Amino acid sequence: MSSTFLPKVVTANDLTCGDVVYLSADGQWVRRHKDAELLLDAAHAAMRLNFAEAQQALVVGAYLADAVKGDGGPSPVHFREVFRAHGPSNLFHGKQSEQKNVSV
Amino acid sequence: MYQYNDFDTGFVRARNAQFRDQVARRIDGSLTEDEFKPLRLMNGLYLQLHAYMLRVAIPYGTLDSAKMRQLAMIADRWDKGYGHFTTRQNVQYNWPSLVDVPDMLDALQEVGMHAIQTSGNTIRNVTSDHFAGAAANEIEDPRPIAELLRQWSTDHPEFQFLGRKFKIAVGASTNDRAVLKAHDLAVRVVRNAAGDVGYEIVIGGGLGRTPMIGQVIVGFLPRADLLPYVEAVLSVYNLLGRRDNKYKARIKITLHENGMHKFRSLVEERFALIKPEFSGRDQVLLMRFREDFASPKFTQAPLGDYEAAYEKDPVFASWVDTNLAPHKNPDYAIATISLKAHGQTPGDASSDQMRLMADVASEFSHDELRISHEQNVILPHVHKSYLPAVHARLKQVGLATANIGLISDIIACPGMDYCALATARSIPVAQQIATRFDALKLEHDIGPLKIKISGCINACGHHHVGHIGILGLDRAGVENYQITLGGDGTETTTIGTRTGPGFSYAEIIPAIERLVLGYLDLRQDKHETFIEAYRRLGAAPFKAVLYPEGRVKNAA
Repeated sequence: MSSTFLPKVVTANDLTCGDVVYLSADGQWVRRHKDAELLLDAAHAAMRLNFAEAQQALVVGAYLADAVKGDGGPSPVHFREVFRAHGPSNLFHGKQSEQKNVSV
Repeated sequence: MYQYNDFDTGFVRARNAQFRDQVARRIDGSLTEDEFKPLRLMNGLYLQLHAYMLRVAIPYGTLDSAKMRQLAMIADRWDKGYGHFTTRQNVQYNWPSLVDVPDMLDALQEVGMHAIQTSGNTIRNVTSDHFAGAAANEIEDPRPIAELLRQWSTDHPEFQFLGRKFKIAVGASTNDRAVLKAHDLAVRVVRNAAGDVGYEIVIGGGLGRTPMIGQVIVGFLPRADLLPYVEAVLSVYNLLGRRDNKYKARIKITLHENGMHKFRSLVEERFALIKPEFSGRDQVLLMRFREDFASPKFTQAPLGDYEAAYEKDPVFASWVDTNLAPHKNPDYAIATISLKAHGQTPGDASSDQMRLMADVASEFSHDELRISHEQNVILPHVHKSYLPAVHARLKQVGLATANIGLISDIIACPGMDYCALATARSIPVAQQIATRFDALKLEHDIGPLKIKISGCINACGHHHVGHIGILGLDRAGVENYQITLGGDGTETTTIGTRTGPGFSYAEIIPAIERLVLGYLDLRQDKHETFIEAYRRLGAAPFKAVLYPEGRVKNAA
């Protein structure tokens, strides 16, 4: 594998409520970024994205997002993914209001 | 106000039933997302960053209290107790669940509303002057024309799959309060030399990645020619417009690439062909709509209490001076309710606020409300004797902010706090500008100033036509904000000019502060507004305060 591959997570939105979800190592759709599977090589990432895209009855718009290893699980890299993992900054809605320790 | 007839109700009910079935088939797996997405978009349902978003049309921004109360009910029952009013006079719910949307649409239908054609490559919600029917200086109420265009464009079979979205606005005043020249097509009610009333048609305006000011395609169109002419424009655009590149697909590009001469002659050819198909039925309908929008029966009452309150209560007087506009009846006023309380999200209203606005409208404004493209709510017909009571009621729910047209009356798109297309946040920038200048206590001294913020190049926040425009971008994974100056969204439409390198999220508020404090030093006297000073002096002195020596490099 290329040594320049940036680690990824698979993310999407839940079909019924639209909430941001992540693919975990055991193939579940989880709500917290740090519970996602951190994908360390391109081939494995492509395989997991394939798996995710087949789950049309559960999720919408699966894609790979850059992530890094953090305390207790992967952390997002790009600010868009930080907002997705946390919720809007103007109101205490979304994940930040529904979960304890959404710290990304 | 136009009320749905049996045909309208039947049509919306049938569409809602269809969509309910489509949602069920998506959930049971019969439809893939690729199949479902165009269907949900046709019904105003987007999937945004954190959740679905339902965009509800408020035709030409006009509401009555029953509609506003229903919007509040929907916000409480199926969303998080608030709605976001947009620059296209729509309302958006940010947190609906897919399974609830069919019920939300049914609840909208009960009060004659829907979400059809609030998305997709169709003719969108027709917008208009939010002072329509109340302003002192209009030829006639433009809303009957807007309603005619709305009915004509709704489910029009030829225009359900245009190359790109198509936005129409209508105005009838010498003052442009609907940003007419930034629309794909604008209808302006005008009077010719003989005194006849007709329409000037402007096409090819638009903001977004290629901002352009609309051009007049016909200076005076007789009343009966309006629909066939607009249909001819759409037909020509539908065939001539590009479909190979979505960034080149709007009519402004079609017009730019083909030239007005060619475009106009194709429209005239098409118009001659289809005009005989219009039997005059549309004119019968138009006459009926003019009755629907007849002026309310204005009341007469002494103004003593109003004048006394104005003398006695400085807070009320400040609200009167800032938030009222002249009404065609001198005993009345047009009152703008600010949805821009300092530090709040521009355009958001809680369900309690919506209900109070509905109550106030039914008691004091002939049961009418308007949504402005500047994301405020208007009470169009308030007898001046009611103003102290209106102000007192608004104050109870935080709706009495006296800042219309001032620095904190900012347009801001949802930006990256909600929107899947956004490249940066806009709401917190607006919140911080408002709270900063409120803290400095300079807002009223600064005077009229329009700041408009977009969180991406699509320009939903109209940044190109802000006196100060702010565009949020993603520069190498960091939020970066470009400033444009000198834009104008009124009858003297101007696209603002970019000042230079952008500013980081941390730098943008201090940059705006430097710019505005710089203006206070540059202005001739306190009567010279920001935009007047800019026009007199040009960009150079403003750039000098924005980029003090040595900062240009850091700001890049």
